Amino acid sequence: MRKTLIKGNEAVVKSAILAGCRYYFGYPITPASEIAHTAAKYFPLVGGTFLQAESEISAINMVYGASACGVRVMTASSGPGISLKQEGVSYIAGAELPCLIVDVMRAGPGLGNIWAEQGDYNQVVKGGGHGNYRVPVLAPASAQDMCDYTALGFDIADRYRTPVYLFTDAYIGQMIEPVVFPEVDVVNKSQDKKYDWQIRATRETRSNCITSIVMSPEGMEELNLRLQEKYKKISENETRYETYRCEDADYLIVAYGICSRLARTCIDRLQERGIKIGLVRPITLWPFPSQALKDLVSNNNICHTLVFELSNGQMIDDVRLSVESRCKVSLINRMGGVVPKESWIIQSILSKISKE
Amino acid sequence: MEEMILSKSKGFYDTYFRKDSNQFTTHYCPGCGHGKIHKLIAEALVDLGIQDRTVMISPVGCSVFAYYYFDCGNIQVAHGRAPAAGTGVTRALDDSLVISYQGDGDLAAIGTAEIIHAANRGEKMTVIFVNNAIYGMTGGQMAPTSLEGQVTLTTPYGRNPLTEGYPIRMSEIISTLTAPVYVERVAVHNYKNIMKTRQAIRKALQVQKDGLGFSFIEIISPCPTSLRLAPTDCESWVEEKMIPYYPLKVFKDEISTRTPHFPEHKTFTDIYEVIGIDDIKEDTGSFNLKEDQKIRISGFGGQGVLSSGLMLAGIGMKQNKFTSWLPSYGPEMRGGTANCHVNICSSKVGSPVIDSPNVLIAMNIASLDEFEDIVVPGGTIFVNSSLIDRKVRRDDVNTVYIPATQIAESMGLLAATNIVMIASYLKHLSINKQMLINEVKSSLKKKNLLDKNIEIINKVYSSN
Ligand SMILES: Cc1ncc(C[n+]2csc(CCOP(=O)(O)OP(=O)(O)O)c2C)c(N)n1
Repeated sequence: MRKTLIKGNEAVVKSAILAGCRYYFGYPITPASEIAHTAAKYFPLVGGTFLQAESEISAINMVYGASACGVRVMTASSGPGISLKQEGVSYIAGAELPCLIVDVMRAGPGLGNIWAEQGDYNQVVKGGGHGNYRVPVLAPASAQDMCDYTALGFDIADRYRTPVYLFTDAYIGQMIEPVVFPEVDVVNKSQDKKYDWQIRATRETRSNCITSIVMSPEGMEELNLRLQEKYKKISENETRYETYRCEDADYLIVAYGICSRLARTCIDRLQERGIKIGLVRPITLWPFPSQALKDLVSNNNICHTLVFELSNGQMIDDVRLSVESRCKVSLINRMGGVVPKESWIIQSILSKISKE
Repeated sequence: MEEMILSKSKGFYDTYFRKDSNQFTTHYCPGCGHGKIHKLIAEALVDLGIQDRTVMISPVGCSVFAYYYFDCGNIQVAHGRAPAAGTGVTRALDDSLVISYQGDGDLAAIGTAEIIHAANRGEKMTVIFVNNAIYGMTGGQMAPTSLEGQVTLTTPYGRNPLTEGYPIRMSEIISTLTAPVYVERVAVHNYKNIMKTRQAIRKALQVQKDGLGFSFIEIISPCPTSLRLAPTDCESWVEEKMIPYYPLKVFKDEISTRTPHFPEHKTFTDIYEVIGIDDIKEDTGSFNLKEDQKIRISGFGGQGVLSSGLMLAGIGMKQNKFTSWLPSYGPEMRGGTANCHVNICSSKVGSPVIDSPNVLIAMNIASLDEFEDIVVPGGTIFVNSSLIDRKVRRDDVNTVYIPATQIAESMGLLAATNIVMIASYLKHLSINKQMLINEVKSSLKKKNLLDKNIEIINKVYSSN
C-alpha cells in the first residue's frame, strides 16, 4: 500500500506528479512556498519543469501558455499572489483551458500576515477576475484530501476545460497525516493526452487557436452561453459535500477546511452534552452544495444554521442563499490569523443557540 | 514577357476565416508597419520550413488579431504577457518555435517585467517588438517609446521628459543581459530597411531553429493613423524623428559562439521511488488503545520534540490508527517552546489542534509551566525530571517522572533524550517496544546511532 505520513503541502505535489502533471510555474509566498519547494525538488526528477517566475502574473500566464499545449500544469500561491493571478485566471477561463491553482490562504487585506484565514473566499469562489466565469473550487480538510483533490482537480479541469482551485489554509498544508497515494502506471501521462484543441507544434494541430477574444457581441454572447452551459453541467455533476452527525440534528454547523476539523471536535463535545448538532462540510465551494443543504434543513427541521469561518463572513452568503430563510443563519468567525480554541468555539455556539 | 505571379505567402491562411468580415484583407490601416512585418514573418515560416512547429503569440494591441492571418499554431494572450505565455509554450513543447509578437505598450510598459525576465532566462523564443511610438489600438495615447515633445491623446502638450520620462530604448536594455543571443533594431518605413528587417527576422528564427536561444528584433514601424499623418509623411517622420533617437544596428550577435541547447528530460522506471513513497505493509491490531491519545509534546528547540511527535504518529499510522501531527504554528510559536500536537485515534481525527490533551510530554520546565493546566483531568503528564526540578502541581492527573536527560547522557547519547521520553510513554501504554524500534529504524537519519538507540529503548523497557 502506498501509504506514508506526509505534510498536506507535499502531498499536493506528489499527487500532481502521479496525476501526470509535469509543469509548475510559481512565485514564492508564505504559506504556499512549501509547495514550490517540493515541486522544485521533484518535478525535475520526473522529467518535468519547475520554474520560479518573476511574479504571480507571469506565473499564471506561463500556466496559460503550457495549458494551451494540452499538458497538465499547476501553480500555487496565497492571497496577495492570487489577487495578481486573477487577470490570468479570467483569460484561462475565457480561453477554456484546464489547470490547477492552489491557494493556501493567509490573513488579509493588504499584506496582512502569514497566519491562517479564509478571507479569499469571495475572490476565489465568486470568480475574482473580470467577466462571466466560474471556477470549480475544492476545499480539502486533511492531508489525504490534499492528495485526492489534487488528482480530482486535474480530472475536473480536463473534463470541462476549466481552471480548478485547490483552496486551502496553512493548517491543512502544514499538518502531517497518513496519506494513501493512488496506484497508477505513470509513463509521462501528461504527454499522452490528446485533445483536438491543443497546440502541439505539429502539422495536425497547426490550425488550432487558443483565444478569448470574440469581436461581435453575438459571438461573444455565444461563448458566454457555452460557458454557462458548462457551469450548469459542473453544478449538476461535481457538487460535493460531507456530513457528520446530521442524522437527527436540530442545529447545523457549516464549515470548510481547518474550520470543519475544529467543528467536528466541538460537535462531539456538544453531542456528549445532549445537544443535537451536526456538520455540513462543503467539499466544493463552487459549485456550492445548496440543494443538499436546503434539503437537510427542510427534512430535519433545522432551526438554526451556524456558519463557522475564518473571515468576515463570506461563505455565509452562500449558506443564506441555500437555506432561503428556512432557518436562522448566524456567523461564528475570527479574523486576522486567529484560530480559536475549542472552548471559544463551543461557547460561541452555545451563546448563539441558548435562546432557542 | 515573363509572367509574374503575385500570390500571398503560404505562411498566411488563404482566406482569413476567423475574421467577421472582409476575409481577404487584413484589418490594418494603410501605411501601417504591422502588415509588412506579418508578410516578412509569413514568408520566413515557409522558407525556413518551420510553419508546422511555429506557435505565434498574439498580444494585446493592433496585432491582437495576428491569429487571423498566420497559418501556424496561434495563442492570443493578455496585455504584456506574451513572453510569459510563450515561456509556458516553449517549456511544454521542446519542438516548438515561439514568436512573441508585441507592440511598444505591450512590451515596454505593461509587460516590462515579462520581457526582461524571459530575455534574462534566455527562453527559446523570437521576440518581434514593433515600436511605433504610440498606442495604436486604443487610438493614440503615449507609449513609453513616444518621442520627447510628441503630441498624443494623453500628452496633448507634448511628452515632457520631466513628468513623463524619456523614450525608452528596449534593444539597448535587452542587450545588456547575458542570455540573449541576438538583438537588432531594424525598420520598415522604406524598401531598403524592409529588406534588412527580412534578414533580421530570418536570422532570429534560425537562431531558434538551431536551439541557440533568445532573439529580440525591434522594428521601428510607422503608424500613420494614430500619429495623424499621411502614410508617406509618416515614413519621413520615422526616418527623421525616430531613427536618430533609435539607431538601427545590431546590438548583440553571439550566434557563432553559442552552442545548441535542447532540454533533457529525466526518465525513470519507478515513479514511487523517485518521489519517495514506499510500499508499506500495515500491521493490524496489536496496538490497542483504551482511549484516543491526544498528545502535546513540548521542549526547547533541539530536543527532538517535533521528530518524536512524528515517530508517535508513524507508529499509530502503521497500526492502522487515525493520526495527525501538527507543529506549533501561528502566533503560538512565539512562546519559545517547540511543541507539537499528535492525535492517535481509533476513528477519524477531528481537530488537529489539541487544546485539551490527555497526554503531555514535557521535556523542560517552560513546557510544564505552559501546558500543565490544559491537560484534561485524568490525563497523564510525562516529566523529564532531569531538567524539571518541581513536581506537577495538580492532583487530578497521573504523573510519570523520568530522568530522561540523565539516562540518555549515561548511555552516551544525549540527543536521544526524546527517545527515552517516548519509550517511557509507550511502555506506560503497554505498547510493544518493537514498534518503536521499527520506527526509529525507518526514521533515524544517522544510521550509525541505531544500535545505541535500540540499547536505550531496551533499557527504558527493562527498568521499572
Ligand atoms: C490590462 C489591459 N489594459 C489596457 C488595455 C487596453 N489596451 C489595448 S491595446 C493597448 C495599447 C497597445 O499599444 P501597443 O502595444 O503599442 O500596440 P499597437 O496597438 O500600437 O500595435 C491598450 C492600452 C488592455 N487590453 N488590457
